[in-house]
Amino acid sequence: MELVEENLNEHHLDEKEVVDVVVRFAGDSGDGMQLTGNNFTEATALYGNDLSTFPDFPAEIRAPVGATFGVSAFQIYFGANDVTTAGDALDVLVVMNPAALITNVDNLVDGGLLIVDSGAFTAKNLTKAKYQVNPLEDGSLDKFRVLEIDITKQVLAAVAEFNLGHKTGVRSKNMWTLGLVLWLFDRDRAGTIKSLKTKFASKPDIANANIAALNAGHAYGETAELPAGIHVYKVPKAKVLPGTYRNITGTNALAWGLVAGSELANIDLLFASYPITPASNLLHELVRHRDFDINTFQAEDEIAAVCAAIGASFAGSLGVTSSAGPGIALKSEGIALACATELPLIVVNTQRGGPSTGLPTKTEQSDLNMALHGRHGDTPMPVIASSTPADCFDVAIEAVRLATKYMTPVMLLSDGYLANAAEPWKIPDFTEFEPFPVQHYTKAEDFKPSIRNEETLARVWAKPGTAGVEHRIGGIERSFDTGDISYDPANHQKMTDLRQAKVAGIANDIPLQEVCLGNKTGKLAVVGWGSTFGAIHQAVKRARAEGLDVSHIQVRYLAPLPRNLEELLKSFDSILVPEMNTGQFVRLIRSEYLIDAEAINKVAGQPFKIGEILAAIHAKIAASGSNS
Amino acid sequence: MNQALPKLTVKDYASNQEVRWCPGCGDYAILKTIQKLMPTFEQPKENQVFISGIGCSSRFPYYMNTFGFHTIHGRAPAVATGVKLANPELDVWVITGDGDGFSIGGNHMLHVLRRNVDLQILLFNNEIYGLTKGQYSPTSQTGTRTPSSPTGSIDLPLAPCEVAIGSGGTFIARTIDTQAKHLAAVVTRGHDHRGASFIEILQNCPIYNDGIFEQVTDKKTAADFKVELVHGEPIIFGKERERGIRLNHDSLKLELVDASSDDVLVHDETNKVLATMLAIMKGPDLPVAVGVIYREEKNSYVDDSQQQLISVRKTKVSMADLLTSGHTWEVE
Repeated sequence: MELVEENLNEHHLDEKEVVDVVVRFAGDSGDGMQLTGNNFTEATALYGNDLSTFPDFPAEIRAPVGATFGVSAFQIYFGANDVTTAGDALDVLVVMNPAALITNVDNLVDGGLLIVDSGAFTAKNLTKAKYQVNPLEDGSLDKFRVLEIDITKQVLAAVAEFNLGHKTGVRSKNMWTLGLVLWLFDRDRAGTIKSLKTKFASKPDIANANIAALNAGHAYGETAELPAGIHVYKVPKAKVLPGTYRNITGTNALAWGLVAGSELANIDLLFASYPITPASNLLHELVRHRDFDINTFQAEDEIAAVCAAIGASFAGSLGVTSSAGPGIALKSEGIALACATELPLIVVNTQRGGPSTGLPTKTEQSDLNMALHGRHGDTPMPVIASSTPADCFDVAIEAVRLATKYMTPVMLLSDGYLANAAEPWKIPDFTEFEPFPVQHYTKAEDFKPSIRNEETLARVWAKPGTAGVEHRIGGIERSFDTGDISYDPANHQKMTDLRQAKVAGIANDIPLQEVCLGNKTGKLAVVGWGSTFGAIHQAVKRARAEGLDVSHIQVRYLAPLPRNLEELLKSFDSILVPEMNTGQFVRLIRSEYLIDAEAINKVAGQPFKIGEILAAIHAKIAASGSNS
Repeated sequence: MNQALPKLTVKDYASNQEVRWCPGCGDYAILKTIQKLMPTFEQPKENQVFISGIGCSSRFPYYMNTFGFHTIHGRAPAVATGVKLANPELDVWVITGDGDGFSIGGNHMLHVLRRNVDLQILLFNNEIYGLTKGQYSPTSQTGTRTPSSPTGSIDLPLAPCEVAIGSGGTFIARTIDTQAKHLAAVVTRGHDHRGASFIEILQNCPIYNDGIFEQVTDKKTAADFKVELVHGEPIIFGKERERGIRLNHDSLKLELVDASSDDVLVHDETNKVLATMLAIMKGPDLPVAVGVIYREEKNSYVDDSQQQLISVRKTKVSMADLLTSGHTWEVE
């Protein structure tokens, strides 16, 4: 299905002051575009703009130089208002070679600024990018403001004094470019200089060459005679709540949320996982925080990872495992064991494009059905999803709370976009978080592993090392009364019902569903879950600014669903559900509530654009007959 | 421990569950021996954990009055690794079989041995799938006729001890289900070993593979078909202890020799090359070796993991420190 997309027509580089801007840096995967983007992000956060970033890199670690499939890009959207996506169309595109141009230029708005390293537009590179004619010469770029610079030549001149040789000297191209773009938006170079000094502490020549390149790029902007219409753009500071801020990626927020959860639960945590894109960074981050009560285990495979996590939970720690779709599929037998034995377990799924190997570095939300239903037997488990990079922190804490309080596996859904995207985060005061300390069961008298909390229905957690509570558990159905093996038909019915009731009961322990933008009743609600939050939020905001009666609802708890969700959804005339899959959540809503909810689906490996959702809102409102 | 442990007996180790193996199953003998052996370790019973996968052998934990976890097929080594990482004080035992440990769970067996996780792994090898009613297993002899191989299996069998040595195992032994004294002695040595102790127990399945190890278990023939290895002692066997094993220096293979010959090999548990040759010895030409085949002192995975934790946890950290680490900025 081809999605209709509306041009937001919000970008205008004619003025000296612009309210928001989308910039994309694109080059070879070896060109250092991610580093450039991260440094620009930091300078922009310091400047005081709200922002959102989206690194977009190829699956190939080092693709052949100049190849279109090796293009690595970093996109940042920053501005004076709240920014929740990495932006639709580009205002500024920086390309380091023809491949980067051909794969990105279609997203540049008319009148947008194109910065080109003309030195890389050689016959060889043009051929690799499949250009018949040099686009810098055939007039095809006339609708843009084009700034052609032989960056290679500029950089070599800037770093000449360090005698690094051609190959090493050229590597500073990205810093030269960064210097120019920092000038373009009046950002400070100090942070980048500091980080270069730290990064190359043992190679002062390299550090100094990069700094010289950065300064030279900046000076170029200041002194060169630039074509008309290219000048410094001021982006006013965003109005944000006072406090201490930092930038955070979804991966780091999730890792820190797990650490925080372990602190609040006062319990050791074992994170067991097997490397897989795009989930591996969670292991890389957590292994750095073993100074907390965290240990990590890189298992031999996905199955061993989930099983080691379950073993840790049996021993009284909290086991956490993590993967992406194909790895989660491998873990499903283990997850069912945790459900059967009623042990806490957190399973993090950083979703990527599927099926099979699919699109490992691209984002998708197509594992919802697997999270909800993808196990043998009647195997219910809570499923929760984070909606922004920073939200991953709170959702991870909530996963720890639910898993330990209800003695259940919990599925936490993130995705490739959230994992890598970053946003400024007002650092929370951790003393304001309510602790939920775990109580292991220690009473030997009349002990049975089947003793449960009458309210939560959670089984007791009696750990090895505790005298008098020795017991056996396992995957064979357990007697409700004793916990021993039981093949009794009535008991299996009772235990199946119990497992369902326990998870269903969690609905009473989670917040009621709120409307995050707009009214609680009305013509249309756009209902999302997960990382679609940003695009839906912006689209609904724009629709409301046009006077349309539209609300935005973002669902965190996918199983069990919030107990007021049905009533809330039924108070709208129509429901629209954008998802990066073929319609998995919309089917759930339709089957649970018999609501004629409508789907908007995108499975392109890229997040929704604001304009795509806005177009769907307009179409829906138009179809329903009248505008408010 | 601030008080003396109560004296435990075999009765303390029997759970209240009715044992449900087939009459005559070798597992009964193993269970009884282990239940008798446990009190001799003089450990708190609550620190002892038995973890199993799926199969006849894997019902074992239900019958031990300790902590026990009957997990999923082939995964017991992985679950046990998690248990041990979470609480290194625990004495963790893995109970598995030839199908559980070397077919569906082969990968985990390889890695738990390679990592040298401090566990006792008891592999009940009956060369058959019992619980699924008699299909051939990865240790079944080629040509074994079963419901899934009515014209004879064509798989080549693997030798568990050989694979265990090849995987980097640091304690490799073989013993026999009904030979309580030998079984207890070998398991005790395995228990004393710091690291993964792999013990293959030849176990008779009277229903689907009866008598498969008869030559080495029958009193009439055992002396001629089995050699008991003792570290530092000559490798000799036979009713009159008249035969020995030597290395043929031309073929680099083991062969029989008169026990009085001066080139009879002396068993060296620490010699990996010798251990590999002893692990694959079998009839009709050579006897089956039992006892400790190989032993090596190496750091255990859990000890190393604990060492790293100690070194990274030298200073107290707080969530506030973590949240404000790296680059932050103030908005007034």
